[in-house]
Amino acid sequence: MITRRRPIRVNHYIWPALLILISVVVGLIRILRGPTAADRMLAAQLFGTGGVAILLILAQAMQMPSLVDVALTYALLAAVTMVVFVRRHWGNYENTGKGKDESH
Amino acid sequence: MSLTDLLGSFFLLLAIPFFWGGSIGLLRFPDIYTRLHALTKADNLGLGFVVAGSILLTEEWTVGVKLLLIWLAVLTASTISCFLVANAARKRKIKPWMKSQI
Repeated sequence: MITRRRPIRVNHYIWPALLILISVVVGLIRILRGPTAADRMLAAQLFGTGGVAILLILAQAMQMPSLVDVALTYALLAAVTMVVFVRRHWGNYENTGKGKDESH
Repeated sequence: MSLTDLLGSFFLLLAIPFFWGGSIGLLRFPDIYTRLHALTKADNLGLGFVVAGSILLTEEWTVGVKLLLIWLAVLTASTISCFLVANAARKRKIKPWMKSQI
């Protein structure tokens, strides 16, 4: 059975989403610059917050309420990412011994 | 276009400068402690405006409650991760930026 895709309609609420997307992409330059791993993860968290905002606006712009659930997933994942990064990689600096972890 | 639609659009537009401020702060601030400010304050305020605008634009109140819960989740998450990152950076003895270091 072939289901025809509904054509995607967007209204003018798409413009704030686009502007926020551009600002997030500009902020991602921090990933290239570093200098520590935590700075790079901060840029990833910027993408998390910005992504939630973009998805919430898109839920309005495309009239798709399910995107709100996607935004909720994004918000929870961003939290887990950051906590895991600090607890498992960047934070246990003293346990791994000094000088061993050079990703600083 | 009703008044709530207009107010909601205004809130959505108001969010944009905060996101730009967060991005520029992340790029321009000198060390990780100050960059945490740009990320966990400016961005979450921008997201708050997006949520406020979306609550005004949406029809059902249940969706509004869900949006508010999303904002609270993001606020909690960013607070905790900000504390964790700053604490880990302090344990690594990363020196806070001082004006005399220029």
